Amino acid sequence: MNEITKENFLWSALKIGLLGGAIALFICLIGMTEIFSKRAVIEKVITLGQFVLLAISVSCGLIAARRTSQLLRSPSAFSGLTAGLVAGLTVGLVLALFILAGDKINFRAVFLNASPALYKVLTFEKGIGGAWILPAAGAISGLLGAAFPLIPTSVRRPLFHAVLFLFFMALFSGLFRVVIINQGEKGEKIAKYLFGQTGMTVPGASIFFVLVGAISAFWSAFGKQIKTSASNLPKGGKIGLRVVAIVIIGIIALGLPRVSGPFIAQVIVIVALYILMGLGLNVTLGFAGLLDLGFVAFYAIGAYTVGLLTSYGPFGMQHISFWAAVPIAVLVAMCAGFVLGLPVLGVRGDYLAIATLGFGEIVRLLAGSDFLINYFGGPQGVIGIQKPCIGVLEAFTKIDVPRMCRGIELKDPQDIYYLAIFSAILIAFVSWRLRESRLGRAWMAIREDEDVAEALGINLIQTKLLAYMLGAAMAGLGGAIFATLIGSIFASSMQLIVSINVVALIIVGGMGSIPGVIVGAIALIGLPELLREVSEFRYLLYGAVLIIMMLVKPEGLWPSQAAKRELHHLDAEAGTEL
Amino acid sequence: MRTSFGERMLDLVVTGFLWGIRIAILLAIVIGTIVTVSKGHYTSEQWIGFVVFGVAQGAIYALIALGYTMVYGILRMINFAHGDIFMTGAFGAYFVATWLNTIGFVDRNPFLGLLIPVLFAMILAAAIAMLVERIAYRPLRNAPRLVPLISAIGASFFLEYAFRGFFGPGKYAYPPIKALDGGWTIFNVEIQKVQVLVVAAAAIMMAILYFIVMYTKVGKAMRAVSESQDTAALMGIDVNRIIVSTFALGAAMAGAAGVLFSLVYRQIDFFMGFTPGIKAFTAAVLGGIGNIPGAMVGGLVLGVFESIGPSLFLEGLGIPRPYQLKDVIAYTMLVMILLFRPSGILGERLSKKKA
Repeated sequence: MNEITKENFLWSALKIGLLGGAIALFICLIGMTEIFSKRAVIEKVITLGQFVLLAISVSCGLIAARRTSQLLRSPSAFSGLTAGLVAGLTVGLVLALFILAGDKINFRAVFLNASPALYKVLTFEKGIGGAWILPAAGAISGLLGAAFPLIPTSVRRPLFHAVLFLFFMALFSGLFRVVIINQGEKGEKIAKYLFGQTGMTVPGASIFFVLVGAISAFWSAFGKQIKTSASNLPKGGKIGLRVVAIVIIGIIALGLPRVSGPFIAQVIVIVALYILMGLGLNVTLGFAGLLDLGFVAFYAIGAYTVGLLTSYGPFGMQHISFWAAVPIAVLVAMCAGFVLGLPVLGVRGDYLAIATLGFGEIVRLLAGSDFLINYFGGPQGVIGIQKPCIGVLEAFTKIDVPRMCRGIELKDPQDIYYLAIFSAILIAFVSWRLRESRLGRAWMAIREDEDVAEALGINLIQTKLLAYMLGAAMAGLGGAIFATLIGSIFASSMQLIVSINVVALIIVGGMGSIPGVIVGAIALIGLPELLREVSEFRYLLYGAVLIIMMLVKPEGLWPSQAAKRELHHLDAEAGTEL
Repeated sequence: MRTSFGERMLDLVVTGFLWGIRIAILLAIVIGTIVTVSKGHYTSEQWIGFVVFGVAQGAIYALIALGYTMVYGILRMINFAHGDIFMTGAFGAYFVATWLNTIGFVDRNPFLGLLIPVLFAMILAAAIAMLVERIAYRPLRNAPRLVPLISAIGASFFLEYAFRGFFGPGKYAYPPIKALDGGWTIFNVEIQKVQVLVVAAAAIMMAILYFIVMYTKVGKAMRAVSESQDTAALMGIDVNRIIVSTFALGAAMAGAAGVLFSLVYRQIDFFMGFTPGIKAFTAAVLGGIGNIPGAMVGGLVLGVFESIGPSLFLEGLGIPRPYQLKDVIAYTMLVMILLFRPSGILGERLSKKKA
């Protein structure tokens, strides 16, 4: 590298610090700090809000130290630490300046969250005199960040894992607490020892810290040996290992809703529904490369079909059982896929995305309008949807009276859980088989290049239509289960945001990859549902995650092999239509 | 080519279906119009009132559509976050206007009192658009086309919910401006001052933009870059700078549109950019995307259609509360244009010029 282009390392550290400060300020002003500081990572030691701000200055210190070692010809530990100190200090100073300025100017006239509560949090409840604490804390944490690379790897990695795990445990501590308390008296004792009302207790945190650190250290020391010995097992042994793993996962999956209670079961059901939709869109987008931003339309069609066919409310038309309605819903959704797919066959790329977005909105607006109020209930929606019943369903008597079920009625989310999980597994299997089929290969050929695919003898119309229809069928199934889960459907729950969620989870998971869909659904739908603190900032984080994914890992978290290969030769792909 | 019977049947179904849609929509419009006109529910003054409202609305769409069209012309990319840039402009103007209003400046000097918030909104929107371009779009310029689109969707979410975080989920009422109250009655048609202002302001902005694009050095460079980035770079044009200024220029137009929009509707919130954004994209496609006069024409056509459509043909079809389906008209137009004439109204000219 040319010597002239290099900048002073302190200047670069200052810039990193300013950037970090800007991010920290942003986090404060959108209200994250205030809400997060009501939650503790470790009770009476550090709150979540402080933890996030600290994490920013630590990473600024780390990045500054890294940069320094690149900029200097003979980097020393001292220069790295100085850079970290400068970066961390700058982050703290930016916030301190904000506090001092906020004392004179009323930021609240514009920014809702520049409230006294925020200043209280930032000055550690010491008033304006506490402003000095932030730069000091920033400097120390920046220094820590810079010191991090100096620690030998064998210590560094367990340390990092342990801190990460602590953060994770802190986020979910409320959830774990409830689950453990539900297990009886002993559970309650354990839960109270490990978790407080708002976060982990000091002993709990230290137990987790030591445990994870030890496991991580053990794994980095002996992990390789274990792996090689596992792969050296005889064939029967390997299969046995796999069977054991599957059985364990199966037992956990079967027992989970009983142990965890209805809330977690409901979250899992929603995740499973998104997995169904994701698998459906994965066929149209992931396999065949047709971007559909109106996918919620098929979901809505599935849901409304089941609703209208089974409801005992005023809009119920047929009063058949759920099990008879589901195949019909899937068929109707498939036909809708055919009908909506027909016109957009010739539209490509971005235009397709916008055209389908238009379709999705049209379906929602029509379903919620007074125009069709006699059929779909308009804004009031379809209510009183019959729950699935295993056994004999009594005949329909009159409106607004649920039909009796002699047998097992899948009433609660905990019961529908099994239905949803089973459907998700079934559809995952189906789409796996589809991908390996002749049709699947034809889709992928179309995705790569329509013209070449046609030249190879693939019937574009037929193949594309099948992609729409099968994708729509899967989404329709998801919608059907959604209808019976909620018990009522409203047009307003079929927003564009659902479609975008589905696209996003496929992209984040990895286009065309079936495990990717599952990972994406858990990461983008499950985690925010579980974290009530984060749910306020869910879509903000969402946007950030989408951008960052595209910048850093466009192939997704769990990419299919083809996508991985492709995106690692981006330049060669530059001009192609995707 | 040898095709089987089944394939030919499928082709037939597809073409038949497309023609069916065309005929059905045409029939709906014609029948609805005839029924409505024969019933005579509305006076001709009311119709002119609808058109005036539609033109004002369309002028705003056109201003936003310019940003879509310019960016698409250069990068072949749908800037999904453009509607939210429009929203940032409205918020920026809101705070300046409220401040000017409380110190009584607007009453003393209504012209400057209107102009300063607009200028501020334009600058703010341009700055945010440049930031978005730098962070979310520039690194992905050579990626497959889906990648920047997803990133743009991410940027759109981020902007929306960052503003929700800053300013809360509630609605803000844009401060009333006394000078804009009331209107004039010309030939029995009442025209509000706000509508005149919106149309005039939009016309001036578009004239300025047209001048910049056609007669300045930057504009020439923009047109060169949209023809071919590589050739433009070889001619000594700083392609990055030109792309950034395209974003900034389009965003400034959107920011101004945000102010005009909030003058008309008096209400702003963090989600206000979404629907106008999609509509403006429709307008851009309608006029022929990548084509600046096309965006203006498309905006006006869409605005007028949307404004008279519900009363003109939906009511005639016996649909209760047809204004609920105003957006359906816009989306249907979008889908129809994409299906049957993707080049848009003025698209032909552009493609001929390029050929």
